[in-house]
Amino acid sequence: MSSLAIEKLSKRFGASVAVDELDLSVREGELVALLGPSGCGKTTTLRMVAGFLPPSSGRVLFDKEDVTRLPAYKRATGMVFQSYALFPHMSAADNVGFGLEMRGLGATERRKQVEEALRLVRLSHLAERLPRQLSGGQQQRVALARALVVNPRIFLLDEPLSNLDAKLRAEVRLEIRSLQQRLGLTTLMVTHDREEALTMADRLVVMESGRVRQIGTPRELYDAPKDAFVADFVGRCNILAGRRESEIQFRTDSGLLLPVDSAVEECKDATAFALRPERITLQAGGADGIQGRLKAVTYMGAQTEYVVAVGAEALVVVQSTPQVDEPLAALKPDDMVSLHWDRKAPRLVPQALPRV
Amino acid sequence: MFLRLTDQPSLGRVLVRTLIAVAYLVIFAPVAMIVVTSFFAQEIISFPPPALSLQWYANAWDKPEFLRGLTTSLEIALLAAAIGVPIGTAAALAIVRGEFPGRGALSSFLLAPLAVPGVVAGSGLYMLYVMAEDFFDRDIKATTEGLVAAHTLLAIPWTVRLVVASLQGLDRRAEEAAANLGANPFTVFRRITLPMMRPGIVAAAMFSFIQSFENLDLSMLLVGPGRITLPVAMLNYLEFRIDPTLAAVATVQITLVGILMVVTDRFVKLSRVV
Repeated sequence: MSSLAIEKLSKRFGASVAVDELDLSVREGELVALLGPSGCGKTTTLRMVAGFLPPSSGRVLFDKEDVTRLPAYKRATGMVFQSYALFPHMSAADNVGFGLEMRGLGATERRKQVEEALRLVRLSHLAERLPRQLSGGQQQRVALARALVVNPRIFLLDEPLSNLDAKLRAEVRLEIRSLQQRLGLTTLMVTHDREEALTMADRLVVMESGRVRQIGTPRELYDAPKDAFVADFVGRCNILAGRRESEIQFRTDSGLLLPVDSAVEECKDATAFALRPERITLQAGGADGIQGRLKAVTYMGAQTEYVVAVGAEALVVVQSTPQVDEPLAALKPDDMVSLHWDRKAPRLVPQALPRV
Repeated sequence: MFLRLTDQPSLGRVLVRTLIAVAYLVIFAPVAMIVVTSFFAQEIISFPPPALSLQWYANAWDKPEFLRGLTTSLEIALLAAAIGVPIGTAAALAIVRGEFPGRGALSSFLLAPLAVPGVVAGSGLYMLYVMAEDFFDRDIKATTEGLVAAHTLLAIPWTVRLVVASLQGLDRRAEEAAANLGANPFTVFRRITLPMMRPGIVAAAMFSFIQSFENLDLSMLLVGPGRITLPVAMLNYLEFRIDPTLAAVATVQITLVGILMVVTDRFVKLSRVV
């Protein structure tokens, strides 16, 4: 395993800039996820690391070695494609063995390693099947085994779960993460799914328009986003435009005064109030706290989501679903409710961080 | 008698099914007629036939022009496919994968023979061959080479069309995956791209063969003594006589093409390629 460093990497297609002077490093054994909306440049970045796309400028380094000019087939990365990209005319075992064959391994040694790799992804019994005879999840695991068996320097994952159904996705997510940790794989992953990114990554990189918005652990990005875009992208968030009124209050553009804490890092150009729905506590009726009128109640199983109209704003509140005999359980639209939150919970951030 | 409403097919469904049945009838009736009449004992075709016999097959076998026509046609079709398919495949690769100006024009140019009536193309080739014979001082009309060259022009557009389609449907990520695993560009082509193109190439070979094997219009002016293809031999026979011998020959021809299609379909699902 190697470490990965990306230095001032750019990719321009004609006049449009897909990736703009991106700097990023992935430590040995670390899983870093590039997260962002489609067209943010995350896939382009991954393809430049794999060597499928020549960068317009900048460098890609594996350990300290500059691989920017190295063709894809000499880079020794292991990539799992969104579409799996299995070789349709080869059996699962031959797919997995292909990389070993390219490395000049003899048939006996190859067979041994292929068997081991297939056992790792629990597919030994399907080794002779062709890709089209395998389910989506099984194809995915063949693709994983194929990329891992060659002991890649860098492991690359391109939206690895997006073609799986929801239940399988959670399963494969865990499987990939545990393999990655067990084998200590230096991994760069691309995804537009925040849940995938939050649950799998050691560190997240939120990208937008070819630039990095923020880098940090999932917790850092979730709890302390630097701007409204990141706050919204890594999780659901109530974002209200306005400005700081005093040490302990924020005034929204609609004139609402909301409690905040003076300890919230002073941010001179803060123009937005960001508060996660689960950080708000909801009470039926009540005189203290922020008063509001319930607009909608959505039961989601373990949790229940409430939309509350406060003045001209609407706030989303997510609570653990109350027991049937609790007063909250009887709430219905148009009931009066009050909202409370820890003054330290809201973040005051700029709408968008200015370009550095 | 009671019929539940749901059991009654709607008027629309009946109409659609009738139309489909009529379409099949129109397509297959002539073929079926030929096969059936080839077994009639009588020379003048009439229903019902007084008796059935294989005499017309024996008659066809006795006429050397048919047997020679069959071997000539097989030989030319095989050679034309063998030459045209590699050329067409290379052209398809250039059209889909190449990055040079005029790819669209090249594509239209290579598909053009499909749009030119065979008689027109045949006349053009005839004149070209006459001039070329003068220039090279050797026979080109009525030679195997001349006919194969002409039929290659049938194979190329069909191959370009089918192989371009199969290349466009090919998942390029599979090629990237191979490169990612350490395969150099040549190995990627040999081990991944070419096998993935195989269905298109096989179908192209089959269609090129059939196009050449049953071609009449393009060949008419280019044949000569000793070099007469089966369809032209049949036309020549028709000028003097009309009896079920031709039906017998046609039945053999249809059977050969049918066998070829069935065998090809065993290797490549034609419905998926064409």
